[in-house]
Amino acid sequence: MSEAPILSVDKLSMRFGGIVAVNELSFSAARRSITALIGPNGAGKTTVFNCITGFYKPTSGAMQLTHDDGKTIRLERLNDFRISKQAKVARTFQNIRLFPGMTALENLMVAQHNALMLASGLTFLGLIGAPSWRAAEARAIDLAQVWLKRIGLLERADDAAGNLPYGDQRRLEIARAMCTEPALLCLDEPAAGLNARESAALSELLLSIRSEQGTSILLIEHDMSVVMEISDHVVVMDHGVKIAEGTPQHVRDDPKVIAAYLGADEQEAIAVMESGT
Amino acid sequence: MSAPLPASAPASRAPGAALIFKNAAISALVALVLFSLMIGVRTEAGPDGQLTYWTRFGELATVVALVFGGSIIVELLRQWWGPASETKIIPPSVQNGLAVAGRWIGPVLLVFAILIPVIFYNERYLLDLSILVLTYVMLGWGLNVVVGLAGLLDLGYVAFYAVGAYSYALLATNFGLSFWICLPLAGILAAFCGVLLGFPVLRLRGDYLAIVTLAFGEIIRLVLINWQSLTGGPNGVTGIPRPTLFGIPLTPADDGLAALLRIEFSPTHRIVFLFYLILALALITNWVTIRLRRLPIGRAWEALREDEVACRALGINTTTTKLTAFATGAMFGGFAGAFFATRQGFISPESFTFHESALVLAIVVLGGMGSQLGVVLAAIAMIGGFELFRGLDQYRMLVFGLAMVLLMIWRPRGLIGHRAPTVFLEKNQAISSDLVKEGHG
Amino acid sequence: MDYFAQQLINGLVLGSIYGLIAIGYTMVYGIVGMINFAHGDIFMIGGFIALITFLILVSFGLTAIPLILLVVLLVSMAITALYGWTVERIAYRPLRHSFRLAPMLSAIGMSFVLTNFSQVSQGARVKPVPPIITGGHTLHEGADGFVVQLSNIQIIVVITTVVLLALFTWLVSRTRLGRDMRACEQDQTMAALLGVDVDRTISMTFVIGAALAAVAGMMYLLYYGLVDFFMGFVAGIKAFTAAVLGGIGSLPGAMLGGLLIGLIETLWSAYFSVEYKDVAAFSILIVVLIFLPTGLLGRPEVEKV
Repeated sequence: MSEAPILSVDKLSMRFGGIVAVNELSFSAARRSITALIGPNGAGKTTVFNCITGFYKPTSGAMQLTHDDGKTIRLERLNDFRISKQAKVARTFQNIRLFPGMTALENLMVAQHNALMLASGLTFLGLIGAPSWRAAEARAIDLAQVWLKRIGLLERADDAAGNLPYGDQRRLEIARAMCTEPALLCLDEPAAGLNARESAALSELLLSIRSEQGTSILLIEHDMSVVMEISDHVVVMDHGVKIAEGTPQHVRDDPKVIAAYLGADEQEAIAVMESGT
Repeated sequence: MSAPLPASAPASRAPGAALIFKNAAISALVALVLFSLMIGVRTEAGPDGQLTYWTRFGELATVVALVFGGSIIVELLRQWWGPASETKIIPPSVQNGLAVAGRWIGPVLLVFAILIPVIFYNERYLLDLSILVLTYVMLGWGLNVVVGLAGLLDLGYVAFYAVGAYSYALLATNFGLSFWICLPLAGILAAFCGVLLGFPVLRLRGDYLAIVTLAFGEIIRLVLINWQSLTGGPNGVTGIPRPTLFGIPLTPADDGLAALLRIEFSPTHRIVFLFYLILALALITNWVTIRLRRLPIGRAWEALREDEVACRALGINTTTTKLTAFATGAMFGGFAGAFFATRQGFISPESFTFHESALVLAIVVLGGMGSQLGVVLAAIAMIGGFELFRGLDQYRMLVFGLAMVLLMIWRPRGLIGHRAPTVFLEKNQAISSDLVKEGHG
Repeated sequence: MDYFAQQLINGLVLGSIYGLIAIGYTMVYGIVGMINFAHGDIFMIGGFIALITFLILVSFGLTAIPLILLVVLLVSMAITALYGWTVERIAYRPLRHSFRLAPMLSAIGMSFVLTNFSQVSQGARVKPVPPIITGGHTLHEGADGFVVQLSNIQIIVVITTVVLLALFTWLVSRTRLGRDMRACEQDQTMAALLGVDVDRTISMTFVIGAALAAVAGMMYLLYYGLVDFFMGFVAGIKAFTAAVLGGIGSLPGAMLGGLLIGLIETLWSAYFSVEYKDVAAFSILIVVLIFLPTGLLGRPEVEKV
């Protein structure tokens, strides 16, 4: 097993026309740990995510992913669906992107597409109903059930995802990402819009994902209570550059961080400071 | 999508008699202006090529009066019904009943379809009509894969129908290949065309994809018209061999089926055979589609319709997924085309106009996107209705177009507004179409 | 070279007609985000109304050509605009916030209705008119006897197009209506909250688009000397191609696209084959969309994740 960081980002830059969204950002995310990416609105956090998950092609810089077996993958050279398929990076979205007209169970089945595609012999074995396919399908349903149970939605497995309450949808999206069996899970504001109880349940879920699946987590979050509670390492961004990093305690006391938040948004700055007291 | 804007409906919910008259008068006035020249004056080129005209004020007055009366009646009906909501038109109890009946309609229709040639053996017209309806059911099911499941808007579906028909016609007339060899070839060629078109255009979204597929359909038709040496141009291909029962011809000849079975030959035998042939083809289409929906590829199609970005984040190759949907739909279109060619014995580019694409698309959308049963009901309604109005002769397209507009306003989501999940743990409950997305690409 | 120059002139004239139709597509697409399939047929209706008005005026003994042209222009614009308004009111407004495919099918149905209406009410045969505007100018006489001609009708078509385009650009950029239109294009809900009458603005978009299509119909009648009930379909697809080529939603783009499509079609017919001119136009559409999905002057679309 490799103990190199799961992800190391080196001098990542992203420009849109004349606007520099991310400027020479470097950081790394340790294996089997939770790394949080925080910063005021417009700091470029989601852009970093979109680069890592292949939705944007970075202007320059390198992103290296190292799997448990030591195999390294240069993320900037992959694009689109290959990031998830080959590099095993899964993500969720800031505004939930479930398949609203499909059931919760179906959502989790779609997530296992690539594995099931192989099992169905690229559809042909599945079409004739081969036993090997049936077995694979049953296993996929089992896996989906395991995750539904973990997020407490087993009873609602057959309900349309679009009909679920907001907090359930957030958790379902995480479960769906986990069904792709990722090495790195990227969560874009998973606690946004959740109440205190739901946030606590989320923290618990993320900690259990790290400890039980051994999945490394990269997280963008505004909810400082979540960040402070579960992160092992925090990277702070402002205006596209890294202004601080370290343990939650270390970052919280950094005057630069407080200044960034104060300058950007008073409420968030207060949240940072209050979470420390 | 709910209407975010305040509708103007509540204000005009119960207008008084005076207001009804005023609205009707406005409608009549609009109609008068609209039709003053188009109906009030008739132009025609005289024998010397000189254009002449004569007036038809009588007809104009009649039409305007009809609009006036019609708008009063519509307004009164609207008041009588109250707001035209779903529950008002079809009460919830009936809707639930329909949902239950839905499980039975399919099998009942199937049994009925199998018995049609027995019941209507002597009704040549009805048999022909049933064959026509089944052809459109098959086309609808084929297009349903593309539009209903994958959410890709294809306005040029007729191109694949044409490719299938011409593949069979040309292979059979030039190389003497039998129907049963040509049928898979026609499907493969059509699927190949689907991939050929799909590969460059599938990254386009929504309406752009629609217009490109429409253009593709027209290109195929124009090529068929102009490539005279291959396709016979506007005259089409004649003398396309009739299908055989695996080599046994359905003719009065000595080696024909009738002679072999020692029964008296009747031309109806061939019609009945064609009926079962298209029924079998359509059922295969249906079976394959239902199977595919429960396979990863089918789920990926539907996921694509729901949210393409999320699909990419889950590692689904959206390009190949779209291509397979396109190719599968095209293949079924190709089969249907080969059947069409063997049934008609003659094909020409005239059979493959945009009108056909629009008709098949209307069947899919009216049926309720993605619903297999909906396609059957819509095909029966559209083709049957089209035949009912045969008496209207030249007004047929007018009525057809109006019916399309009215049906869309009445049920924008189609007849069957539910999606059945492909897999379930406890209970197989339908999903309301309000949640189901329509696709963007 | 002379031959090429002549084709260039012919292409620009044809392109002006396409451009006028294309503006209707681009505006409607910009504001309600749908392809108005019936727009080609609106163009056809415009041609018919121009023809009928012309016949009536001539039969009343009117001989002053400029006066006839002006009356024909105004009448066909007015009545065709009402067609545009009615189509929107009947077939599109009830479906404004509906499922995306419903308005599209409704539009296709409306297109069938208009085509068939004109076929039934005016007969299926082609309606020829004798040349109304004759004469022209010889621009250049080649050594081989080939003459580059610029006919008066070509001049009229181009001038009318330019004047209308200028008028229309002014309307959209400087007037209250134009501002409302651009507001609705951006965000209908917000526009409504700020007091823009969205229904009326959308109606006006259809009215203006139809009026311009009527002008195109009249120009077509003058230039080709005939109309028929089926001419809206192909002209419609080509004009839509033009709108996409120029960048949908962009007015100068629609005009530019129209000119390009007109040129391509004319040059293709002149140098390659007349039979495949439509194939060429449609292939261009496909190629443009593949390599330049936002068109020549369209705004690039950034994918929001």
